[in-house]
Parts: sequence; structure tokens; C-alpha cells
Amino acid sequence: MSGRAPEDDPVESADAPSEATGPAVPGQPADRWYDDEAGPMVRLFSLTRGRTRPAGDGYFDLISMVSARSAADRDPLLPEPVLDPEHQAILDLCADEPLSVAELGSYTDLPVSVVRVLLGDLDDAELIDVTRPVPLAELPDEHLLREVINGLRAL
Amino acid sequence: MASAHSDGTAGTAGPGGPTGEAGNRLPGGISLKILVAGGFGVGKTTMVGSVSEIRPLRTEERLSEAGRPLDDLVGVEGKDTTTVAMDFGRIDLRPGLALYLFGTPGQDRFWFVWDELARGSLGAVVLADTRRLADCFPSVDFFEQRGIPFVIAVNCFEGTEVFAAEDVRSALDLDPEVPVLLCDARRREDSRDVLVRLVEHAAARRRVG
Repeated sequence: MSGRAPEDDPVESADAPSEATGPAVPGQPADRWYDDEAGPMVRLFSLTRGRTRPAGDGYFDLISMVSARSAADRDPLLPEPVLDPEHQAILDLCADEPLSVAELGSYTDLPVSVVRVLLGDLDDAELIDVTRPVPLAELPDEHLLREVINGLRAL
Repeated sequence: MASAHSDGTAGTAGPGGPTGEAGNRLPGGISLKILVAGGFGVGKTTMVGSVSEIRPLRTEERLSEAGRPLDDLVGVEGKDTTTVAMDFGRIDLRPGLALYLFGTPGQDRFWFVWDELARGSLGAVVLADTRRLADCFPSVDFFEQRGIPFVIAVNCFEGTEVFAAEDVRSALDLDPEVPVLLCDARRREDSRDVLVRLVEHAAARRRVG
């Protein structure tokens, strides 16, 4: 774990195995943790198998739009993906309409950093399409902004 | 890795740009974001909720920056882990064009989260409470330094004296082109007007270059 850039995703260090051996020593009931005090039932680093994804690459921006691909669009030569329930939950959420990364985090109740790792798996398995937000520096003249203004006025 | 990564800029070079039919061809459509900033308790989530089509959602980012100051309202998962919550809403302006509103987290302390939020944002609303005007100084500084277009929206709480917008402008030492509006963040029309003014301001700034 040494050598990681400091801006690396915080999930792993948050739940690093070294901390799992904390005060919950067997045979010392006074130190046992129950319920919420014991932390999440499944450590988040288990869910991502310790993997992290740099948050700063912009590919899974908070407003990148994710939509599940239909099975027909998938390369038939790719191996059948092994999905965790959380992967499936994300696919189900964005099956009918595209959802932002932020919305997926909210609806799955998972931190965005974890959602990004899971989305990376789904992306590698060609199960999702990802549309990044328009970089603002490259917006076309005022056409889009005008459209936004008109859309807001109609609210 | 051969999956088709569409990008907001990909395939939009034709006439009409991303807002024409090319925009609708993007699987996820076009998504834009606006930040709602300001001091604690000034009504950021209220504004996000009043103008959004969905009730405000909450998403979390976990941070493990040892030694970072902790905000009063932010849960602490472990001794060196902080969870930063962001409230946000969504407005579908038309099919394939979604506008997201993000309430900025914390009390002006999680600048690194703000940086990610601010990247690519259309602009920002800085909500101000005239009883605690200084609370919005850090937000104003943040957006000024990064050249992000912003407007000041003075949330007129009931029972507070209504200040003239010009008084607020001089108190905040704003550039003359920064719009200052009075609003009631609970009112959908008010919040909508603030957003319209912000996007007009952003468009004007683009014209100037």
C-alpha cells in the first residue's frame, strides 16, 4: 500500500485490514461492538475487493450519465460477467433511463467512491454506457445556454 | 475496454453542436450542473428542493484526510475518516438535457470536494443571509478565484429586515457585473428566477470572453 498517491480513493484506507483488528478483542466483552458501532456489515473495501479508482479522472464525474446496455449490444465473445448484488442494483437502476453517478450513489446508499469502482467493473464488462458531461470550455456558443434559460423559465 | 465511451464532445462537431440532434444521440444526453453555496443554515437544500423535480437526494463521499478539521454536521466513520454529504436535485429541462443542482457541503471547509463539484459547472448561486453576511465570504472568494460565474441570492427570511441589493453588493465588495438578487428560497418561482439570472450572467460572460 505504500507508494499510493495521497489523492487515491479513501475507501481502502478507511477500512484497512489493520484497523479491523481494533478494540474488538475476543474474550473481552466490555470491548465488543454491537450494531452500528461495529461499522458496516460488509466492509466497503470488501465490496470493491480493495480496489480504488482515482476520483479525479473525470470519467465518472458526479453528473456523468450511466445507462445499462441491452444484452444484445454486448460483445458475445466477452466472458459472462460475475456480478455482485450491488452491480446488479446499479444495472437495474439505470436500465430504463440514464442516471447520474450522484443519483446512483444516492439510490444505492453507497459512497460515490465505491460506486465509481463498481461502475468501472460494469464498464470493463461492457454492461453500461457512460456519457461524460460537456466540458464547459467546449460548450457551443450560446445555443445551449439559451436552451437552459428557456427550459428554466418554463418551470 | 472496447466499449463505446461517449463523451459530451464526441460526435458533436456537426452543425447544431451538442444541442442539436447530435445531443439526443448521446446515450445519456447532456448533463449540466450548478452549485448552490453559502454558509450553514442559509437555505441551500431548501433552494435545491424548491426548484427540483425530485426531492433533494443525498450522496456521500468518504474522505480519509487525517487531521482535516471536522464540520459540525458531518458524521465521522473512524478516527481519520470523514463522510461528506452532498444534497442535490435534478431538473429535466427537456428529454436529453438534465440540470443538476448541488448544495456545497460543509461550512466552507471541504474545498477539495468543492473543487470536484465546481469542475465543469455552469456557475454558482451564493446564498446570503443578511444577518450573517460574512458567512458567504469564503464562497465568494472561491468562485472569484476560479473565475466561475456566480450570483448572490439574498435569502429573505421572514422577520428579517429586507436590505437593498446594493447594500449587500457594497458590503461584499462585489464586482459591478455580479448580479445580486433578493429571494425566498422556499418559493419555486424565486429559485427559478435566480437560476435564470445566473445562466444569463454566465452567457454574458462567455460573450465577453
